[in-house]
Amino acid sequence: MIGLALKMLFGDTAKYLMLVAGLFFATFLIVQQASVFCGLMRWTTSTLKNVGAPIYIVEERVEQINETNPMRDTDVSRVRSVSAVKWAMPLYSGIQRVRLDDGSFKTIQLIGVDAASLAGAPARMKEGNLQDLRLPNTVVIDELATERLSPDPSDPAKRIKIGDRFEINDVEARVVGICEAMRSFTGGPYIWTTYERALQYTPPQRKMLSAVIAAPIDGMTNEQAAAEIERTTGLRAYVNDDFGPNSRDHKVGKSTKYGDFNTSTIWWYVKNTGIPISFGTTVVIGFIVGVAIACQTFYAFVLDNLKHLGALKAMGMSNFRLSMMLILQAFTVGLIGFGLGLLATSGFAMGALKNGQPPFFMPWQIPVTAFCVIQVICMLAALMGIIRLSLYEPAMVFRA
Amino acid sequence: MPDPSPSSDIVIDARGVEKSFGDGANRIHVLKKVNFQAKTGEITMLVGPSGCGKTTLLSAIAGTMRVDAGEISVFGNRIESMSGAALTRFRANNIGFIFQQFNLIPTLTVAENVGVPLLIQGVSSGKALKRSREILEQVGLGDRWKERPNKLSGGQQQRVAIARALVHEPPLVICDEPTAALDAQNGEIVLDLFRQVARSPERAVIIVTHDNRIFSYADRIARMDDGEIVEVKQQDQGEKPHFVHEHAL
Repeated sequence: MIGLALKMLFGDTAKYLMLVAGLFFATFLIVQQASVFCGLMRWTTSTLKNVGAPIYIVEERVEQINETNPMRDTDVSRVRSVSAVKWAMPLYSGIQRVRLDDGSFKTIQLIGVDAASLAGAPARMKEGNLQDLRLPNTVVIDELATERLSPDPSDPAKRIKIGDRFEINDVEARVVGICEAMRSFTGGPYIWTTYERALQYTPPQRKMLSAVIAAPIDGMTNEQAAAEIERTTGLRAYVNDDFGPNSRDHKVGKSTKYGDFNTSTIWWYVKNTGIPISFGTTVVIGFIVGVAIACQTFYAFVLDNLKHLGALKAMGMSNFRLSMMLILQAFTVGLIGFGLGLLATSGFAMGALKNGQPPFFMPWQIPVTAFCVIQVICMLAALMGIIRLSLYEPAMVFRA
Repeated sequence: MPDPSPSSDIVIDARGVEKSFGDGANRIHVLKKVNFQAKTGEITMLVGPSGCGKTTLLSAIAGTMRVDAGEISVFGNRIESMSGAALTRFRANNIGFIFQQFNLIPTLTVAENVGVPLLIQGVSSGKALKRSREILEQVGLGDRWKERPNKLSGGQQQRVAIARALVHEPPLVICDEPTAALDAQNGEIVLDLFRQVARSPERAVIIVTHDNRIFSYADRIARMDDGEIVEVKQQDQGEKPHFVHEHAL
């Protein structure tokens, strides 16, 4: 029966291709858009990934990493005084402008880390020595900066390299290292320097400390230490795990206070920007396209084959086996359409990852969910056919 | 109308069969207390004008349609009282179908089409294919088993349909207007095949037709009109039956 079902399906080439095409587009739209959305959301937390501290302490009203409510420098000492804290260091994070040789300006994400410990400095250097960051007027830039800050980004020979200089707010910066880093949500490259020098690069303000980064003492979890810091200092302490539920999540009125900074940041963007609506609309359109094409085409396929299916029914094939045949056919086109859609998405992903944009991140939940959605579409289509077939009296086959 | 020659080899016995369609004022009585018998080793033709109820009676005997009243015994099985699942199994094991438009699946090969009833019975595809090729040899299409049905002429397609109806060796073969889509030459070939099929002492063949060119092939003819059997005629098959060409009518 499997062979019979598949031969009937593949034999009707036009409808088979139409079905596969519909499910291919649905899969591509759903997976690609969901992955770009996840990539974009991941970019919003890039500072957390690039700085990599286990605990972030920020001003108590801060909900996301790209929002800066400056704190007093003395807050570093207050955090250090908490018994649960092994170490605590100041962190500057802000958007600044770099002046290039040709007089143009580029926006960058400036990170200032403690000069002694270099806590919060990039984890993976590609070129240069991180220790050189302690030399006067030095910075470490990410790979994107080598291109973005270049006078001619299209010419690889003219890219920024170690020893090159530029200005940040009229203060000289000399490149001593190039590192790997995740791109920022704003699109600007990351530049690291020491905390003190970051304050020199930044126009003076009364309070300049963006955050305090810290680690728990041995034997204490990040969550326990963060809770202790909040209780002792009144500042907001987040752990830096990854998007997902955290033991410190709790409801405050109608909103949720998240224990993890990644989760809090992503939810802030979800709730306060139109990004999820935009991507969600495309995903829904993908679903509708899939349903419309698959259901309509599969129903037409069943109608076209009704004479043959009716003959099988008259010859003694049960409704159950006929239904299984239709489900198998729908499942097969779903599997092929999904596979091709995922393949096309992978091609898109390879291009995106090679170019560094658009953002693309595909956690396993996306293809698994998309597969389930595509199969739901196919089962809907099969169900329409099954209903039509079950209403078809086998005696109808005698009506010419 | 009673059967003119009741005998113990009657294997299809329908009594008082009634069937109507629609409701209220639109209700149409298609079968009106119909009695019908068929024997093994014979071709029984159900004839009559269009709309007289012969296809409805055939559907009732084949178990593809429930009747409103009456009893239908097919090889000793009371099919009107069978459950839907039992009736489906009964059709799969006991009835071979030949349809007016052949109803061959165009995406399958000739042999695969022939093997469908065996697949329905749960026979493996390998065995079904082997048996299909044997039966195709018998209908003279042994060398065409790999072809698609649309590569064959109408007569050849009907021979494939006959092979399909016989491949699982059913005791009852029912045919709906088997020559309606055939020219005279192919009609004659097909009906000769029917005669061979019907000569089996364990098999009954019922043909619904209004094609009077083929009446001479029948062992008995039940004539229907307005939902009733108005005449049953036994025919002598002493001399070879012949297909009456249109110009001779």
